[in-house]
Amino acid sequence: MAAEAVAAVKKGTEADASFQPRIVAFCCNFCAYAAADLAGSMRLNYPPNARVIRLPCSGKIEILYLLRAIEDGADGVMVMGCLDGDCHFLNGNYRAKKRVAAAKKLLEEVGIEPERVEMYNLSSAMASKFAEMIADMTEKVRRLGPSPLGTGVAK
Amino acid sequence: MIVGERKSVTEILEMTKGYDRIFVAGCGTCVTVCLAGGEKEVSVLSSLLKINGKKQGHEVKVVEGTIERQCEREWVGEMKDKVRDAEAVLSMACGIGVQLVAEMYPEKPVLPALNTTLMGFPTQHAIWLENCRACGDCILHLTGGICPVTRCAKQLMNGPCGGSQNGKCEVDSQTDCAWALIYYKLKAMDRLDWMSKIQPPKRWDIAGHSGPRKTVKEEEVVP
Repeated sequence: MAAEAVAAVKKGTEADASFQPRIVAFCCNFCAYAAADLAGSMRLNYPPNARVIRLPCSGKIEILYLLRAIEDGADGVMVMGCLDGDCHFLNGNYRAKKRVAAAKKLLEEVGIEPERVEMYNLSSAMASKFAEMIADMTEKVRRLGPSPLGTGVAK
Repeated sequence: MIVGERKSVTEILEMTKGYDRIFVAGCGTCVTVCLAGGEKEVSVLSSLLKINGKKQGHEVKVVEGTIERQCEREWVGEMKDKVRDAEAVLSMACGIGVQLVAEMYPEKPVLPALNTTLMGFPTQHAIWLENCRACGDCILHLTGGICPVTRCAKQLMNGPCGGSQNGKCEVDSQTDCAWALIYYKLKAMDRLDWMSKIQPPKRWDIAGHSGPRKTVKEEEVVP
């Protein structure tokens, strides 16, 4: 929360409620993707801003995928993997976490807010958590404002 | 293999400032294997250059290309179209590749995106240890395959110094003492007598301390 507040102050603006961020959510097949499915079955509401891309494991994420998403105008990027110690492939989520951290560092060096890329961990049973995470990231990115690389038009 | 490490993005952006058409050239051999300058790293760096350009409000045209080896003329010759269309070449090869590209395309600025760090092999995935300094006079047959020129901080040739403590080097307590490694290796091989062979003073002139060296295989040189 503190980071959000700092970002808002830095930008000198309050979150624009009408801004609909475009978020790309890379979801592990074994947790987040299943949790999204469950969230749908449970008729949970969450912001429609995230576009889900299924990965066989969050460890499949490449720094390049994260950068390309930003380069092509995404306002935020999420990587959603299994809880610590629960990866189907033992350590894919740890790899993902390190790559997300590396991508943040690279983005910072080219002047993009590193908060636009975040890692989340959950299990396949955590449908309401999935909805919360999407809402959390949407709000976080809304406070950051549109990406300087975006078209400024939400689709 | 030759191991390299990408320079900081800040340093690369400083180097590429003012160029709007950049050819990011990868090398498919050593720096691909050491995850520093292959196809994937070329794409990451290109993406960063484009993001930076867009953020500054102008489009930077970035062309990507990775050839088999940037240290051989035949391969570097294949890059000519991409080099011609670019204002600058950002080479992700080791220092050898950068120099050959610069020599073959004298009209173009060739910028090094990597620092060439060492020659060695990985001790585990993504960690490389220096193993060879190309000293020009190999003695690995006497040292159990462990190089004291590379792995001893003092480059001692006849056993450890007084700073060898519990198998570690006095320069850095995390680093193995090369001569301790050699001793235990030879002991296990029952060849400790190899260690008692006194090595004469090393010829540092052929180790690169008297200008660039040249290797010639006479019978293969085309007249």
